[in-house]
Amino acid sequence: MTPALSDDVAPPQRYSTVAIVLHWLLALVIVAMFGVGVYMTDLPFSPLRLKLYNWHKWAGIIILALTVLRLLWRVTHRPPALPRAIRQAMPEWQMQAYHATHHVMYALFFAVPLAGWAYSSAAGFPIVLFGQIPLPDLLAANKELAELIKPLHELTALALMALAGLHIAAAFKHHLVDRDGLLSRMLPARS
Amino acid sequence: MNVFALIPAVLTVAFAASALPAAAQQKLLPAQSSIAFEIKQMGVPVQGHFKTFDAQVNFDAAKLAASKVTFTVDIASATLGAPEMDAELPKATWFDTAKFPQARFTSTAFKALGAGKYEVAGKLAIKGQSRDVTVPLAMSQNGATTTATGVLPIKRLSFRIGEGDWADTSMLADDVQVRFKLDLTGIPKLP
Repeated sequence: MTPALSDDVAPPQRYSTVAIVLHWLLALVIVAMFGVGVYMTDLPFSPLRLKLYNWHKWAGIIILALTVLRLLWRVTHRPPALPRAIRQAMPEWQMQAYHATHHVMYALFFAVPLAGWAYSSAAGFPIVLFGQIPLPDLLAANKELAELIKPLHELTALALMALAGLHIAAAFKHHLVDRDGLLSRMLPARS
Repeated sequence: MNVFALIPAVLTVAFAASALPAAAQQKLLPAQSSIAFEIKQMGVPVQGHFKTFDAQVNFDAAKLAASKVTFTVDIASATLGAPEMDAELPKATWFDTAKFPQARFTSTAFKALGAGKYEVAGKLAIKGQSRDVTVPLAMSQNGATTTATGVLPIKRLSFRIGEGDWADTSMLADDVQVRFKLDLTGIPKLP
């Protein structure tokens, strides 16, 4: 990895605009859909419940599609290297946790919506994107299988939220305790 | 009511019975028959079926004018295959099965279209609403069994199925496809 020139003095190099937009957009949609997901499952049978279930599924498909784009962008555009000062200040376990958190979060960005899609298919409700575009079923309808997949969707979603919490806590720690400017790499540019 | 007015009706029934000696033996075989329906909720097809139904059939392709079918469906036997949805169907918003336990189709006229195809005009009564419908019918015979199949498109709102908030057709379509396959015995040979 090639550190940016004079990274000890200059503010840390920022992520690309596309990476920043995808990060915040997906952060917003994923957290919102977690909230909707928790809320909707306790609703009584009603038009609102029906709408929220469909919106939740459509949003999940959008999350999946944007995550594919994001991963493609990520592998074709090297993110900025950690500033040397921060790299040197981090103990080895933090370095490992930093890498593991990001890898597992990426895995979950795929796993959570795919498990939801598989659950919907197995439950016998194909996803029709925006009520117009029928998507293929990932699995044939099978109620028993659906009941097995349901906790998978819930647990992976919970795991993703736990890691997102850890991710946010770490960002705040860098920003407020270490005051190392790391967060500015992911914030919109200030003119 | 004028009793004399009933005389032509009584004579007609008596005549029909004598004209169709095979009529008494015509029977629906419910175990081999099915009545299913499909409706779209936000573009997602949802299938259901009725478990209990019966028919009185007097059909002779050579005597269409004297042919007659009365079909009854036990509405409380409707299922969508999901317990939480099935629990809703008997309620007043949907089928109101306490007040209207049966749906009934009564034929008024048969029309041969050739090649085993027929059109059956009649009255369909569901949830206390009676509407004129024309049922397309395809008939075939295999040994002693006559199979009649067809799809009848109906509008759920014209039968007040799904009232109040559920009348919103952007969420739950007005169009319902009723798909049936009826196995009958004792039907005289088709031309």
